[in-house]
Amino acid sequence: MAVTTRRRRRGPRLTRRDKLVLAVMIAVPTLLHLTLIWVPTMLSVALSFARWDGIGGLDTIKWVGLENYRQIFTIYPPFWPAVQHNLIWLVFFLLVPTTFGLFLALQLDKQLRATRVYQSALFLPVVLALAIVGFIWQLVYSPEQGLLNNLLGRTEQGNLIDWLGNPKLNLWAMLVAASWRHVGYIMILYLAGLKSVDPSLREAAAIDGANEWQAFRRVVFPALKPINVVVLVVTVIESLRAFDIVFVINSGRNGLELLSVLVYDNIVGEASRIGFGSTLAVILLTVSLAFIIPYLVVYFRATIGRGEVR
Amino acid sequence: MATVDVDVLARPREAAPAMARRRRRPLRPGRVVLNAFLIATALCWLAPLLWAVYTSLRPYAETAERGYFSLPSQLNFDNFANAWNQADLPRYYLNTLIVVVPALILTLLFASFVAFAVSRFDVKINLALLMVFTAGNLLPPQVIITPLYRIYLSIPLPYWMNDLGTLYDSYWGIIAIHVAFQLGFCIFVLSNYMKTIPYDLTEAALVDGATVWRQFWRIILPLCRPALAALATLEFTWIYNDFFWALVLMRTGEKRPIVSALANLEGVFFKDNNLIAAGALLAALPTLIIYFALQRQFVRGLTLGATKG
Repeated sequence: MAVTTRRRRRGPRLTRRDKLVLAVMIAVPTLLHLTLIWVPTMLSVALSFARWDGIGGLDTIKWVGLENYRQIFTIYPPFWPAVQHNLIWLVFFLLVPTTFGLFLALQLDKQLRATRVYQSALFLPVVLALAIVGFIWQLVYSPEQGLLNNLLGRTEQGNLIDWLGNPKLNLWAMLVAASWRHVGYIMILYLAGLKSVDPSLREAAAIDGANEWQAFRRVVFPALKPINVVVLVVTVIESLRAFDIVFVINSGRNGLELLSVLVYDNIVGEASRIGFGSTLAVILLTVSLAFIIPYLVVYFRATIGRGEVR
Repeated sequence: MATVDVDVLARPREAAPAMARRRRRPLRPGRVVLNAFLIATALCWLAPLLWAVYTSLRPYAETAERGYFSLPSQLNFDNFANAWNQADLPRYYLNTLIVVVPALILTLLFASFVAFAVSRFDVKINLALLMVFTAGNLLPPQVIITPLYRIYLSIPLPYWMNDLGTLYDSYWGIIAIHVAFQLGFCIFVLSNYMKTIPYDLTEAALVDGATVWRQFWRIILPLCRPALAALATLEFTWIYNDFFWALVLMRTGEKRPIVSALANLEGVFFKDNNLIAAGALLAALPTLIIYFALQRQFVRGLTLGATKG
């Protein structure tokens, strides 16, 4: 590894020992990260072309080409519902909690006296584990004893709403619960972004007679572009990762199938199908990378442009 | 410019003059509507949590008789005591501690190693390194779990490290995956932070003959204390809140950290809503304490990763 100081002409050259120290400082964390994150990612891709029960040795792996993909796309019943649910999750997350989070950030940025109190309340769910969010909302959605049905007066047999049991409703109920947490996250990100918008821009817009909506549309929102990119990536990744909350409700069945749950179903239990699970993981990986790679390119191109990284 | 330290919860910009002006102005209807709206929203936001607190404080016998949606005749902490004792919660808190403390220390230490090297020196591969770590942190865990599960099963550990003799079902394995996964975010934040420290500082030390290690340990790391504090708060919460890794990579339910263990405890020990509420709140308690004590650190950690000037 060639290592020199950033401005080598002025400083003395590094000794061999210094170079060794730097190499170790880089190598240990990098090896750990590569072995536990990227090697398994590559193995997922390789195993997606194989059939393996995971119990026998490596020599029992049978290479089957695209057979797993064919089966998943054609005859694996939960696959298309899971894709649909993931898509609904993604679109809902991008439209509802993100917009509402931005809206709240804009309101809280108006220098209200109690802004800290509001922020604390709205941000609170962000520190809770998604699994615990699932437990808390279970109490809200419980058919006869839950808060929601009692408020709606729908607790009698015949008119009660089974929020979590009805496969047409439960995904939406979960989305509301997950959004409860996501809104605060987005709000905080946008609040940070708004603080770094040059106030003179807004003053100029006000002098030009722009109303609040026009000023937001033409001045503030364009200035928030870097945050918008972060919010987009965070939201997409959170939607693809969603697992804990549906798992604690009903193990991700009966209307709550998600790609992440299907991966889990195929590795644990008697009928562990390593190849099949890996294929599902690769599909998830492809969708993730479609967002991760453009983000990295945009971000690091900007840093190189500013001369921070060479 | 590198990372801008944006303190969201600090007093708003120009708060003092704005307040002075406001005092003389009559109350505008717009402000009243806005405050009313925000109060209503904040109450809606707290409602699920308050409902859980209310449920957990009521004796089971009373809710069984009158239903949960009723006024209380008595409130007490019995459900908490029962959840604590019946489900042996101290054991699960201890499991969490065994995972979180080493994982947190190693993550911050390793992340500052890499961040130091790539931000203070021209390492030829530094851009590639940063991209690999950042991308790795953004992957959904389910993408890697299938091979990882097999790898963990096939890596032997001495029996003094794990009864099963494998990395699977061991704390070592859970700690390792947390460190590997969380490194990306911390390196990203710390390298941006270290770039803001003037280079002359370490240059001078180098001229004085200080070794690279000394520059790192004595100069750079102490200056990164604010960023490290914010990251520690955030990472504590994230690692504490993990559900997935311990669910898949541990077989023994009694070894799992508290958040992952909740799914098993429900139905076995937590049979009624009162106990579920108490159990869930007890599991959430450490993160809530962190939130109320260190809210600003937590928020700073999040926004450090998101905003660049």
